[in-house]
Amino acid sequence: MSVNRAQRVDLDVVTDLIPANSRVLDVGSGDGVLLELLQETKQVDGRGLELSQRGVNECVARGLSVIQGDADTDLKFYADKGFDFVVLSQTLQATRNPKVVLDELLRIGNRAIVSFPNFGHWRVRFSLLIKGRMPVTKDLPYSWYDTPNIHFCTIRDFVNLCEELGATVEKATALDANGQKIGLSMPWWFWNFFGQQAVFLLKRA
Amino acid sequence: MAAQRAARTKDEVDHPSSPVLQFGPDKPLKLDAGSLLSPFQIAYQTYGTLNDARSNAILVCHALTGDQHVANTNPVTGKPGWWEVLIGPGKIIDTNRFFVICSNVVGGCLGSTGPASTNPATGRPYGLDLPIITIRDMVRAQAMLIDHLGIEKLFCVLGGSMGGMQVLEWAASHSERVFCALPIATGARHSSQNIAFHEVGRQAVMADPEWHGGKYLDFGKRPEKGLAVARMAAHITYLSEAALHRKFGRNLQDREALTFGFDADFQIESYLRHQGMTFVDRFDANSYLYLTRAMDYFDLAADHGGRLADAFAGTRTRFCLVSFTSDWLFPTGESRSIVHALNAAGASVSFVEIETDRGHDAFLLDEPELFAAINGFIASAARARGLGL
Repeated sequence: MSVNRAQRVDLDVVTDLIPANSRVLDVGSGDGVLLELLQETKQVDGRGLELSQRGVNECVARGLSVIQGDADTDLKFYADKGFDFVVLSQTLQATRNPKVVLDELLRIGNRAIVSFPNFGHWRVRFSLLIKGRMPVTKDLPYSWYDTPNIHFCTIRDFVNLCEELGATVEKATALDANGQKIGLSMPWWFWNFFGQQAVFLLKRA
Repeated sequence: MAAQRAARTKDEVDHPSSPVLQFGPDKPLKLDAGSLLSPFQIAYQTYGTLNDARSNAILVCHALTGDQHVANTNPVTGKPGWWEVLIGPGKIIDTNRFFVICSNVVGGCLGSTGPASTNPATGRPYGLDLPIITIRDMVRAQAMLIDHLGIEKLFCVLGGSMGGMQVLEWAASHSERVFCALPIATGARHSSQNIAFHEVGRQAVMADPEWHGGKYLDFGKRPEKGLAVARMAAHITYLSEAALHRKFGRNLQDREALTFGFDADFQIESYLRHQGMTFVDRFDANSYLYLTRAMDYFDLAADHGGRLADAFAGTRTRFCLVSFTSDWLFPTGESRSIVHALNAAGASVSFVEIETDRGHDAFLLDEPELFAAINGFIASAARARGLGL
C-alpha cells in the first residue's frame, strides 16, 4: 500500500468525520487504504468504486467490497440516499465533470465528504506569479502535460460550487503544508491562502 | 475405451455412484413449464463436514456439461474433478473448513432426473417427454436437497457460466438462504448470440438420423455425430481467438504439408474432433438439448417485471462477480450490468475483471488472480459470518 503524506493526513481527517457502523461509499478507493482503515477503526459497512482494475483486484483480494467503475459515469447506478457517507478523497480534481460528480455524491449519501488539494495555496500562486510556471510540488507532482488532475479548484471556488448545488457545509478543515489543521476562527481568505489540503463535510437537505 | 465410458455414463443415469436423494409422489418438483415432475431424484456429492451451527455449507453449481463430481475423480472419465484446482483439503475453498455440496442439475445425465432417466410411467427413458427444465427449476430442486441436508442458510453459492446463472437465481429467489454469492463468467440473461450458438448445436443433434426424434435410447442408438458437432461449435465459444492462435496457430497435424483433402490437416481441427468425440461418451444428447434450452430461457430481469435491480431488492447477500477480458460468450458488460443492478438495490458487491486470453473457460483453470479474488471474498465473508476458523 502506498500512502503519500497528503493522503495520510487526509485519511485521518476523513476517518474522524465518520461515526462507527456507518454505511460508507468510497469513490476512488485506490488500493483500499481508507476503506480498510474505516473497517478496522469504525466497523463501517464499506463499499468502493475504483477506476483502475489493478486497484480493484487488490481490494477484493484483501476482502474489501469494491467494484471497477468511473465516478464520471457510474454513480448514476446507485440508489438515492443509499449510504450514510460518500467519500471522494483526492479525486474531485481528476473527474471530467466535478459539478455532476458532486451532485451525485449529495444524492447518494446523506452526507458527502470531499477532500482536495487547494489550488489557492500561496505556493501555487507564487509559482504562477513569480516563476510563471504551473506548480509542481510534493503533493502535486505532475507536470501540466501528464497530470490526471484536469479540474483544479481553490477552496473559495469549491465553496461557491457547494452553494450553487444547494449543499450546506457542515464542517470544513484546511490543512497547512505540515498537515496541521488551520484554526477554525480564521476567515475563508486565510484558509484559501494557507490551506494546502481541504476536507469538507457536506449535506443537502 | 469409448464404449466403456459410454456404458459407464449409461449406468450413472438411473443408479449414480454418488449419493442420490429420491423424492416420492408426496414431494413433486414444481416446474416453470406448468407441470409437476414426480417422482424425481437428485444425485449429489459432499466434501468436508457440516459444523454444529450448520453455517459452513457451500453449494457449488456446475456449468452446462459439468456434473456433481466437482472435487473427486470422475466415475465416467477417470479424470480429476472439474474444479479440483479450487476445491479440496487445503485449497482456496478448503474442505477442511467448509462443507461443500455439488449436485447434478435436474435435466442432466449423471444421476439427477433428466431425459435419459427411466420414466416410471412407461419404464422407458423420458426422451422428449420430459417437460422443459429452467434454471429456476434446477435451483428449486437444489433447495429441496439443501432442506433435506438440514441446512437453513448456505454460507456461499458459487459457480461459473450456467452455474453462475443458478447462483444469481439462488440470490434472487432464496436470498435469505444465501450469505454470499459468487457468480463467475455469467450473465443475468442469455444473449441473442448465445442463443444462436445453442441453436446451431441443437440443430446438429436433431439433424443426426440416429437421434430418432429424441427416442434414440429406445433403439439402442446415440446421435454421436450430431452431438460431437454441437460440442465442437460450442467449444470454440469457450476459448478466444488469441488463445487458439497461441496454442495451435496454423500448425499441421502429424504431417509436413497440406493433403489437399478434408482430413484434419490442421491441429485445431484434430483438437476439435477429439473434443467432440470424447464428449459424446460422457454426455446424453437430449440432456444437451434440455440444458442449452434452460440457459436460453434464463432472463432474471424478465422474471422481475423487466427491472434487474428488482430481482435483488432488499437483499442482504454479499456478492462478488468475476469476468474475464477475453470471454466473448459472457463478456464483462454482462457482469457489469448485474453489478449496476446490485448497486441500485443497495447490495454489497465486489466486481473484478481478470485479464487473460483464455476466454470463457478461464474460470475452470488455474488463474492466480481469480483465486486471489475468491480467497479474499470468501475469507472476509467467513469472518462476517463468524466462521473465523
